[in-house]
Amino acid sequence: MSTWAERLDGPVWSRMRDARTVAVAGIVLGIVAALVALPPVTARSPLYPVLFGIAAAVLGLSAALRGARRPGWGAVAAGLLGITLGILATRSSTGNLNLVFTASLIASMFVFSTPLVFGAIAGTFSERSGVVNIGLEGMMLMGAFWGVYGADKGGSWMVGLLVAMLAGGLLALVHAYFAIHLRADQIVGGTAVNFLALGITGYFFFQLYHGQDVPVGVSTIPDMKLPGLEHVHFLNQAFGDLNLMVWLSFALVIVSWLVLFKTAIGLRIRACGEHPRAADTVGINVYAIRYGCVVLSGVLAALGGAYLSIGFGGGAFTDNMTAGRGFIALAAMIFGNWRPFGAFGAALLFGFSTALAYRLPAYSSSAATLFQALPYVLTLIAVAGVIGRTSPPAADGKPYRKQ
Amino acid sequence: MTEQSGPEAAPPPTPEAAAKTGTLAARLALRQRSGGIIVPVLTALLAFLLGGVIVLATGHNPLLAYRDIFNGAGLNWIFHPTTSTVDNASYNLSQTLLQTTTLILTGLAVAFAFRCGMFNIGGQGQYFVGLYVANWVGVSFPGLATFPHIVLGIGAAVLAGAVWAGIAGFLKASVGAHEVITTIMLNWIAIWIGTYFFGDGGPLQNDQNKAVPISNDVASSAKLPVFWGAQQLQGLHVGFFIALAALVVFWAVLNRTTLGYEVKAVGFNPEAAEYGGINVKKNLVRAMAISGAFAGLAGGLDMLGYLYHFGVSDIPVSSIGFLGIAVALLGRNTAIGTGIGALLFGALLFGTTHGLQSNVIQPELAGNLTSMIQGLVVLFVGADVLILYVWNMRKMRLRQRPAEAAA
Repeated sequence: MSTWAERLDGPVWSRMRDARTVAVAGIVLGIVAALVALPPVTARSPLYPVLFGIAAAVLGLSAALRGARRPGWGAVAAGLLGITLGILATRSSTGNLNLVFTASLIASMFVFSTPLVFGAIAGTFSERSGVVNIGLEGMMLMGAFWGVYGADKGGSWMVGLLVAMLAGGLLALVHAYFAIHLRADQIVGGTAVNFLALGITGYFFFQLYHGQDVPVGVSTIPDMKLPGLEHVHFLNQAFGDLNLMVWLSFALVIVSWLVLFKTAIGLRIRACGEHPRAADTVGINVYAIRYGCVVLSGVLAALGGAYLSIGFGGGAFTDNMTAGRGFIALAAMIFGNWRPFGAFGAALLFGFSTALAYRLPAYSSSAATLFQALPYVLTLIAVAGVIGRTSPPAADGKPYRKQ
Repeated sequence: MTEQSGPEAAPPPTPEAAAKTGTLAARLALRQRSGGIIVPVLTALLAFLLGGVIVLATGHNPLLAYRDIFNGAGLNWIFHPTTSTVDNASYNLSQTLLQTTTLILTGLAVAFAFRCGMFNIGGQGQYFVGLYVANWVGVSFPGLATFPHIVLGIGAAVLAGAVWAGIAGFLKASVGAHEVITTIMLNWIAIWIGTYFFGDGGPLQNDQNKAVPISNDVASSAKLPVFWGAQQLQGLHVGFFIALAALVVFWAVLNRTTLGYEVKAVGFNPEAAEYGGINVKKNLVRAMAISGAFAGLAGGLDMLGYLYHFGVSDIPVSSIGFLGIAVALLGRNTAIGTGIGALLFGALLFGTTHGLQSNVIQPELAGNLTSMIQGLVVLFVGADVLILYVWNMRKMRLRQRPAEAAA
């Protein structure tokens, strides 16, 4: 196949030769197949989703036959799913569709995905350095409580964020000490950290607020009004009034990608996660890198937690406030294959599915529940290796012993 | 067994050195010499001590708090089992044992997988599917006689738990998916399935009041007989003896059957087991399924024993499956240890919440103290190097004295 393909060496065609790219294009077409039937396009004929879906399946099939089997079959699946969802959408009333699929759905996707982005990036740092962090949930919970406590007593959301970062970092330090120094099982340690955080936050919430709610009027993280978007209604509704933390999460993704994959320190981090012995041999302090990454992980996860309490939570705290978001963040990290942009994409997908779940009761509550469970089902499928193969860092979870 | 290292080898001064000289084998040997009981006991003591420090730091008297929790759990019943003045004690103890029943089984669920080298973090999800299925069977066949109805309900719950955990075992055996990730995901899927089942318009929602997301009560023919206390007051049901029997079964399967031998061999060293002709993949699936069967049984007994119904709002409150992790780890994944651990955490669970009558510490605080102790126990058990280091410091001082005398 290379003989004729080599003659076509234009930039576009050389990309087309790559079966993976074809598969990705197929997946995109599969998503489009569902989207054409939804607002703002709202195609009313089932023909359009079917056409796009078939195109996606064909691209996927061709990619699968040319070697990119997993992404190829993924595109085929996306095409079929797109057809199904698209046809379902064309059958339901435009009024209902307009109620659910508005531009504010995108804004609400960001609301739900932001804590996941922070958590997933946090997990990426820790696991890239070789320490499994199942304690994300607990670190987020610490951030949620101590964030609102700091904002309440310190009088400013900035104090809240600092206190949250400190609390998350401290809990992460405990995890790091047990995982790195004592070489305890990291999964057991992470589980312990989750229980510990649940107890600590619940205990001090009751102790410090005497069983009352956090008083109203706590300083909260501000929203960012984007100027100049007022005339573009759709964009304005989607991006015009997002919380500062949402924009910070976007920046975090880019910065983490740069740090992890474009700098020397990132190379060191990844070396510790892939082959700590080799890293040690060339003079990298594996313990220091791992400590740094785990603590950073706690700090970032706590920021995600603080967003829950003093971000869109409006300055309130409830027991076990994170309610499993740390585990969805963990799932997003795995789904995103331990890469910042992958984790970001997964967090957006999971956030979207949650946002949808909050609007779907208009249709049926069982469909809403389905979308709540979707992140977990997708991650289960992903780790099962049906669509793409997730590959954790080679030394992830293995304690390192200096020689 | 004499000391292999000999008196010349200095006792390990730091945790690193302890692990350097002591590989896993050495650590195990040390554990054997300490009778296997030192680490769990020290772990629990240290956890209670640190919990007490927090209680003290927040202005409560830890000794009085622990005394009230002890009484709240009904453990003071032992001192006066016949006196009617402490009627509460007998009721509290029956409630503690009710929690113990469940914890024994969710603990065994974790322990069995551990013995095969896997961490089953999905006891909660397996417990939930057991609950759901038992509720469905209990509600669905009201005409059945008591005994077959109960057997059917519990059998279905066991099967459901086994299948739910078996998915994780199968994924590990077939594609190598890490059981921790898959069981966490299965937990949440089970939670949302429950939300769907009991929720608005779900298949298991009650038929009287569609506004309430709660299931029907199971038929009276499916309810387990109560032998201590009254059924209306959530007395202790015969499932307690089933849980005790499960401990014996756990021990017998692991120590007296080929299955148990194979499971342990895979747990010790999968490569060696494979080389020795043991089908590792088959054992991974099998161990996970058995492990899930214990958790499913826990769900079945809870449903038919005292809950009778379940609702959407009960789901996030339940953490008994996760508590099984602490129970199993503290019990060193043995039958006796799990039994004792279950009693300890059962007492904590009831004694810090519903049973607690105290002017020293409120149940809201004490309940969270349980979570903290649970976390500390799991943390310290995971790091037996630390515990052994603390233990060794004592020995070191004893040894240094004769060495100084000789010098």
